[in-house]
Amino acid sequence: MDGIHDLGGRQGHGAVDVGAGAAIDAVWEARVFALVQVAFRAGFIRNTDQFRHAVERIDPAAYLTQGYFGRWTGGLETLLVEAGVLDSATIDSRARALGLPDNARIAARPRLQPDRIPHPPTTFHNARSLATQPRFAIGDAVVTCCHGTSTHTRLPGYARGRHGRVVACHGGWVFPDSNAHGHGEDPQYLYTVAFSAQTLWGEEADPMLSVRLDLFEPYLEATGDTDG
Amino acid sequence: MGDTDAALRAEALERLLVEKGLIDPAHLDGIIEMFNTRVGPMNGARVVARAWRDPVFRQSLLHDGSSAIASYGFEGGQVDKLVVVENTPDVHNVVVCTLCSCYPWALLGLPPKWYKDPAYRSRIVREPRVVLREFGLAIAPQREIRVWDSSAEIRYMVLPMMPDRLRDADDATLLDAVSRDAMIGVQELT
Repeated sequence: MDGIHDLGGRQGHGAVDVGAGAAIDAVWEARVFALVQVAFRAGFIRNTDQFRHAVERIDPAAYLTQGYFGRWTGGLETLLVEAGVLDSATIDSRARALGLPDNARIAARPRLQPDRIPHPPTTFHNARSLATQPRFAIGDAVVTCCHGTSTHTRLPGYARGRHGRVVACHGGWVFPDSNAHGHGEDPQYLYTVAFSAQTLWGEEADPMLSVRLDLFEPYLEATGDTDG
Repeated sequence: MGDTDAALRAEALERLLVEKGLIDPAHLDGIIEMFNTRVGPMNGARVVARAWRDPVFRQSLLHDGSSAIASYGFEGGQVDKLVVVENTPDVHNVVVCTLCSCYPWALLGLPPKWYKDPAYRSRIVREPRVVLREFGLAIAPQREIRVWDSSAEIRYMVLPMMPDRLRDADDATLLDAVSRDAMIGVQELT
């Protein structure tokens, strides 16, 4: 989806806070981290792709202001409500009883008609053997698809419609675009594709920079280009 | 404050789940304990220090990272496939996840806050030399930079160059010299 999470190349986010080196700054963050792990084990979150998509769907302002563990909280609440484990009104009233102001930004964005993902599939092993042959080989020139989608995808906006070259083939993997929505694993070949900075950012870009992304075969088309 | 609001929301979720008997607080404590004590950049540092002094291991690590580290049995998150990329005098590598915050937990622990923040995720793919200078790292214009945007389940770790001063160092000194930030690619070891 074309969400706030798709940050590559966006401008205006300021200097990196290089002093913010800790992974976890507060007790509540550690508890959220653990809570999400437990929610996976309990089956409230069915797979990582579903969880990533839930985080993508949270309130965009909350995404930017509530930090990494705030985003996780929003994604977790979204899926707990969509799974029918908790309801928004109960969470609201409990959070207010704990001191949450009435005007606080609520990150969670549960859908009325959520994806239904069969249980149990939860595995963190995502490599899969495929019976078909890969379409591309190392050195092949490829172009990425140029359009967005309203569903989960791992093709960032900045790398859409761009020409690159395959630099590694990684075999078959669960396809997040399908798995996030309960449409099955639909495994696909995965490649590392290198893009020059000029391809991504224009002719003025750094000539000694390349960006490499891991892209699934359905994102790619062959091009006639065979030179370096 | 946004994160205070999130903290209260999270506390509400946890309390409701515990009261309904859906989760056991002891499980939460166990996970926190594991990440506090057994998962962290010390695991990646062991791998790097060994690669520095063992050329055979170094080759296997660069060829197939997952197999090379399998015998360590690191906990803390599945790394289905680890790719280790080697810094050289000609090439500097740096790792990011622009779409979320993918990171090799089992080797480096949980990512630093800046790795997850919008500033790093948005800018490192576009102006890495500027961003790296903010970390105090100047990369010469003629030195190639490769940015690895972890957009699938492959996890990346940088094999930093070993400083010359460590050529005859013992294992403990090597281990001590390896920093988390060097294994992400925002620092060079001196």
